[in-house]
Order: sequence, then C-alpha cells, then structure tokens
Amino acid sequence: MEQLLQVNDLITSFRTTGGKLPAVRGVSFSVNEGETLCIVGESGCGKSITTLSVIGLLPNNGEISEGSIKFQGEELTTKKEKELRKLRGNDISMIFQEPMTALNPVFTIGYQLMEPLKTHRRMSNKEMRSKSIDLLKQVGIPDPEKKLKQFPHELSGGMRQRVLIAIALACNPSLLIADEPTTALDVTIQAQILDLIDDLKTDLGMGVVMVTHDMGVVAEVADRVMVMYAGNVVETGTVDEIFSSPKHPYTKGLLASVPNVDDTDHKLEAIPGSLPNLNETIHGCRFHPRCPFAMEKCVEKDPPQFKVSQQQYSKCWLQEEGISSEPKDRAYS
Amino acid sequence: MIGLIAKRFLQLLLLLVGISFLVFMSMHLAPGDPATIIGGPTATESDLSAIREELGLNKPVLIQYFEYVGGVLQGDLGYSFQNNQGVAEAIATRFPQTLNLAIGSMIVAVIIGVPAGIISAIKQNSWFDFSSTTIALAGISIPNFWLGAMLILVFSVQLQWLPVGGLSAPFWTIEGIKQLILPAITLGTASAAMIARMSRSAMLEVIRADYIRTARAKGVHNNTVIWIHALRNAMIPVITVIGLNFGFLLGGTIITEQVFAINGVGRLMIDAIAARDFPVVQGTVLLVATLFVVVNLVVDIVYAFVDPRISYE
Repeated sequence: MEQLLQVNDLITSFRTTGGKLPAVRGVSFSVNEGETLCIVGESGCGKSITTLSVIGLLPNNGEISEGSIKFQGEELTTKKEKELRKLRGNDISMIFQEPMTALNPVFTIGYQLMEPLKTHRRMSNKEMRSKSIDLLKQVGIPDPEKKLKQFPHELSGGMRQRVLIAIALACNPSLLIADEPTTALDVTIQAQILDLIDDLKTDLGMGVVMVTHDMGVVAEVADRVMVMYAGNVVETGTVDEIFSSPKHPYTKGLLASVPNVDDTDHKLEAIPGSLPNLNETIHGCRFHPRCPFAMEKCVEKDPPQFKVSQQQYSKCWLQEEGISSEPKDRAYS
Repeated sequence: MIGLIAKRFLQLLLLLVGISFLVFMSMHLAPGDPATIIGGPTATESDLSAIREELGLNKPVLIQYFEYVGGVLQGDLGYSFQNNQGVAEAIATRFPQTLNLAIGSMIVAVIIGVPAGIISAIKQNSWFDFSSTTIALAGISIPNFWLGAMLILVFSVQLQWLPVGGLSAPFWTIEGIKQLILPAITLGTASAAMIARMSRSAMLEVIRADYIRTARAKGVHNNTVIWIHALRNAMIPVITVIGLNFGFLLGGTIITEQVFAINGVGRLMIDAIAARDFPVVQGTVLLVATLFVVVNLVVDIVYAFVDPRISYE
C-alpha cells in the first residue's frame, strides 16, 4: 500500500492575547491508501486542529509553527493558499461534525453538490447534473433528481450528512478527513453513515482519517488508532493492539470508561481530573497529574515514543525497559 | 402570500384609523385656530365665525372626525384650508420629489453601507474596520440640518460644484442628478451608517458559520465564499434594516427638504402644521403611515425570495 499522508512533528499554535499557545505539540503519523486511521481523544486534545492543519483550514489566529505535512510526497506546509485550494475538495476532502449547520441554508443541494465539480473539473452543466445524481445515489439518497432542487432545511440530519459526504466525494479524493461525522446523529443513522464511509473507502481506495471520541466508532471502522492527549500523541497501534493490549494509561482509561453490555459487573471508570489548559505548563509528561501510575520520572522528563511492537508505540515511561511491570494495585479494573 | 398581503392591509386599515384619530385630536387640542390664521389680523369676530362655519370647524370635534373619516373612505381627503386645493392633488404634486429624495438617499445608504460593513467584517480589527465603524458612529450622530448646511457651504458655496437647493429637474437629467446628490447624502448618511453596522455584525456572524468552512473545504475561491456563500446569508437581517430605513426616509425628509428648499411632502406637512391646515396635515400623515406599512410588506415578501426557509403558504 502506498503511503498517502505523512505528518512529522507538527506543531500548531494559536495567537491569543496571552501569547502563542500550542494546541498540537509535535504530532507525527501517517496514513496509507485504503486505510482508516482513527484519531481518538477527549474534546480539546487537539485532534480536530491536527486535521484542520492538514487541510489548511485553521481558524484565522491559528498557524502551523513547525513540522511537515507530506501528501502524496508533496510538502503542504510551504504551499501557497492558491495551490492548497486546488487540493481541497479535490484530492483531500473533509466532512464535519454538524450536518445541521454545515450546508448553506440559502442554496439548493444541487448547487452545493456541483460546486466542487465546477471548481475543480471542466464539466458541462449536463455532465455535472448527471454526476451529482450518481453521487447522491452512491451515498444512498432516494429520489436524487428531486433532492437536487431542495434546500438543506427540507432534509433530515442523516440525509444532510449523506449530502456532505457526496460533496466530499465529488472529485474522487484520495484522502477523506472525517471530523466526528456521526456525533450529531442518532445511533441507527450513525451506523449507516459509518458503514457508508467504510464501503466507499473500500470501493474508491481512499485513505480515511476519522476523528472521534467514541471508542465504539473506533472499533467499527479503524485499521489503526492514534490516541491523543493534550496536543500529544500518546499511543498508536493497530485497532486490535489498542483494544486488546493498550499500553498507555490514558488509552486504558479511555477504554475503561466505555460501558460494556456483555459484562454486567463491569464497573465504569472515569479518568480523574480534566484536560490541562493550553497555557498550562506541566513539567514532564502532560498526563502525569491524572495518571494513576505516575512515577518520579514522569514529573522530571517528558517520555519519548517507546516502540511496543511493529506498529504499536506508547509515549510512556512504563514502556521503558526495566519498569514495564505495571503496579497492579492501582491499575484500572 | 396573498393571505399575508390581505392580513397586512387589514392591519393597515386599523392603523390608519388609530393614526387619523390621534392626529385629528392633537391638531384640535393644540392651541391655534385656523380661522384666525386664514382671516388675518384684521378679521372681526363675525368674519372668524363665518370662516369657521364655512370650514365646518364650528361642529363638535367628534362629528368633524366622523365626517372626515367618511370622506376618506370615499376617497376624499378633503380640501386645504389655505388655498382650496384638494389635499390629494396637493400631495400628488409634491410626492414625486419626496420619493425621488428618499430613493436617492436609499441608494447612497446601500451603496456606502453594505460594502463598508462587509469589508469591515472581512478585515475585522484592521484600520479599515476601525475607521469605518468610527465614521458610522459619526454618521448616526451628526444631525441632518448641520450636515446639509455644511455640504451646501463646501460644495455649493465654496466649490460651486452643485446647486444650493431645489429638486425640480427630473432625476434622469444631469441637472436632476446634480440637485439630488447633496440632499441624498444628507438624508442617507445616517441610514448608511446603520446599514454598515448591521452588515458588519451580520457578516461577522456568518463568516464563522459551519457552512462557510464547508465551502472553503471544497476549494472554492475566497471571493466566491465571501460574496456568494456568506453575503446572501448576511443580507437577510440587512434587508430588514434597509426596509425600516426606507420607511423612515420617506417620512423623514422634512428637515432635508427644508434645508435644500425642496417642495416635497415634508415641507407640505410643515407648512400645513404652521397654518393649522388640518386636512393637509391629516392627509400627509396618513400617506407616510401607509407607505411605512407597504414598505414593510415588501420587505417581508423579499425575505421569501432571499431565504428559502421562509414561506408564507
């Protein structure tokens, strides 16, 4: 499988009245063709900002301060806005969290769906129309001819998210970024949308980056998982590795806070404390104030990424040789 | 849509009854007798009572009111006390100038206000934004009569570029446009400022919307994002302000007409009030009220075209 996206040591910061605050602190990851990478973490851990950095849609006060983003071998951080625009909606597409507000209320579905085609492809109106109808069919929208003339408020949330997926797929992108695409939808619709993205990934051979805080979504769609905490990647691995043998205490905490319907005795654990503020200086590992396994070393020095297996890495001193035996008494049940 | 229009006209009718009653009563309660003004200082008491008899002013006020309303319902706005001209006719000859001035001012207000507000929003906190919001504040605060006088002083007296007053030439001639420029700026400035402020805040809200990010994620050019995706949404509240302002402009030409010696409805009204010319005051006030309601109805209809979520079916 070809490597599609390679992000190295990405630092994204925000200019605020209190100075420059890093929201993403040296994140590295890669995505291959036909692969789904899930970025998991609490709200505010920097997962959305990471993806917005990739597609170049950071808010006005945000900027990539360091690091490199290579897409199909080309460096994106040095590209001009005009060149990035040619990639957006064409080679890299993105779907967002809120289908209810992500479509422009005053334009028809047809107009909004044809817009990426108009922008990136030379097509006649007739070709665009038939392509739009195909796209709507592809994402499972009934009666596509009629939908083209309708306005967003005439569609349900699930249908709107399908339209947004159709818009994202219009130019056959090689990379699809989905930022919590199912958060605002109810559970049955959620499953349909996830299946749809998964099917389309297989059919079109796209790479998918899915941002989520829902471990259920991860289990369903991910090939590989990247866990983020306070702007850092704390653990990466295949979906099996993350679920069956998580190494980082934060990953374990995340998994322990998911209810288990098969095990009625399962005790739901919450990770104590809350995510540090962007401007909070924490010495050593940024998770140590909340970590049940924190040692002296964790306060002194920020841990590097330790290799656990071929694909699994954990940014935790517990993985350092010699102290990998975990103190059982304080572990999550 | 037809239901909406019918409902509005019913409301208009009630409104006009209320307004006419208030105006009628306040005119009669206010000091000053039309008969003494018409008769002049030399008129004897018997002259005055003859005048009152002729104008129907000796009848009880309520009877006078009902007679007036009865006339209006039959399309008769009555006759001016001063020159025996029909009120409808007097308004008809003056109204085109007022409409000309109001539309001219509205054009000035929209042409300046909308782009200024939008550019301010796109370049928030830039020097353009700061100066445009400051000028807008000044524009709202400056009184019409002062601005008008200053414009005349600079552009008519000093530079002699534009005429001092009058609006008699038709607006499609060069002379007509020249006559219109200063009064339109005088009257339109406050509206321009209000429209600019509204456009700015509406645009600021819209450019942070999720659908703007969606448009950017499609790779659409920034100009298209702003002037197509954002503008149409931002215009929805701005249209309300434009409509309201147009209503105000139609009724608010009095001072500007006075400053620029324009023979419009505003001056007709002021002269009539001074002369206690009751029927003319009534007629002009009813006209302004009707126009206000009609303009707002038009705004509501325009809404349905701009915003597909609004339907009057």
